Amino acid sequence: MTKIVKYVMADIIRNRIVLLYTAFLFIISFSMFSLEDNNSKALLSLLNIILIIVPLVSIIFSTIYVYNSSEFIELLVSQPLKRKTIWLSLFTGLAGSLSLAFLTGAGIPILIYQANAIGFMMIAMGLLLSIIFVAIAMLAVVKTRDKARGIGAAILLWLYFSLLFDGLVLFFLFQFADYPLEKPMIAVSALNPVDLGRILILMQMDVSAMMGYTGAVFKDFFGTYPGVIFSFGMMFLWTILPVWLSTRKFNHKDL
Amino acid sequence: MIIASNVSKKFGRLKVLDNISVACSKGECIALIGPNASGKTTLIKTILGMVVQDSGFITFNGNNILHHWQYREQIGYMPQTGRYPDNMTIGHVFNMMKDIRGTRAVLDEDLVNAFQLKALLNKRMRTLSGGTRQKVSASLAFLFDPSVLILDEPTAGLDPVASEILKEKIITEKKKGKLILITSHILSELDDLVTQVIYMQEGKLCFHKSIEELRTDTGEEKLNRAIAKIMSKV
Repeated sequence: MTKIVKYVMADIIRNRIVLLYTAFLFIISFSMFSLEDNNSKALLSLLNIILIIVPLVSIIFSTIYVYNSSEFIELLVSQPLKRKTIWLSLFTGLAGSLSLAFLTGAGIPILIYQANAIGFMMIAMGLLLSIIFVAIAMLAVVKTRDKARGIGAAILLWLYFSLLFDGLVLFFLFQFADYPLEKPMIAVSALNPVDLGRILILMQMDVSAMMGYTGAVFKDFFGTYPGVIFSFGMMFLWTILPVWLSTRKFNHKDL
Repeated sequence: MIIASNVSKKFGRLKVLDNISVACSKGECIALIGPNASGKTTLIKTILGMVVQDSGFITFNGNNILHHWQYREQIGYMPQTGRYPDNMTIGHVFNMMKDIRGTRAVLDEDLVNAFQLKALLNKRMRTLSGGTRQKVSASLAFLFDPSVLILDEPTAGLDPVASEILKEKIITEKKKGKLILITSHILSELDDLVTQVIYMQEGKLCFHKSIEELRTDTGEEKLNRAIAKIMSKV
């Protein structure tokens, strides 16, 4: 498996879009930390940008890359390799190189200015989100044959996780405002990896006080050890489930 | 060597392969001929395991290919259009294939040398023309000295010199007793290559004959005339 991963990663790292993505993250992170005199405030602004950009680039780039590799995948399938190996190598290659891009682009500035628990949490979330959205992209690709539809599905998925989900939750909250919803909210937030990432970082930052009673309930749960473990577990589940489903589907796919 | 029994495949409502049974043995050079969309490429893809048939089975040296993916070690495949990751160089692609197949003592680099690919090893795949990519695909198919060669439209996109080199190579491999499967629309090219002809139409196998039989049946010496005669009859 490492044989293919090595070459796929070497190919992606030289890709112009990935290089631009790295440079963009680098410039944004440095300028955020330089513009704000308070590093925590800079981190908060950076958080919002990262939570939008990282999933977007990961999901769209992976979708397009896998579609463009369709002939290459065919060639690999005609070689003495298991299909599972090919698919997982492709996933590892994509996830590895996009994580590397995030680590160089955003990780280095964060480590320079904020080498503490918050900074580390932020880097961990960025890496996890990169990997999760590569996994989701590969599931979208394997489900749709048509390239245009696949890319459309990827964009919609990103839109759902980044914007629509929060809108739906807000709508739900207003509709049932008379009921105590603070605890169910914890369960609902686990349904969206982006939200999980946001909550985990905010909890590290001690700004939960600004979120009112819900914030307090969240703090009670996500601020504790089991809560953090729960959310990391959920995020691993968000990686493993799409990868497992897409591998299963790819095993029987007609190329 | 390769035996397909009652292989059927549907894409949606369209029947692409309809109850196909063929047997291919060593030392033969078989031309797979038929109009567009007659299921030639799909048949090749089922043999390679890229498309999974709905019913029937295919065996390679007596092993069902569904359960023995290792059989592909013995196949060299040249696809119709070879596209490779943009930023890989030709050298990378060759190295990767060598890594996948494991280190072998004998590498058949005749085509690599004949196409002068060694000079281009540092070129990125993105910058290559379609013809050069075909040369890379062809060289890869022959590189590991496989006992079966499957060539899908091998000369499409190659210049006359290159396609002549490739034809020479196919003939020498045929003499070594390998099984070679070729699909092509340029029948005149196949004349001095093939020993047998499989003719397909609308997913059905119309006939599988040796070229001598075909010649005596139709009374035509040239393959393209013989096929034209059959096509006008069907």
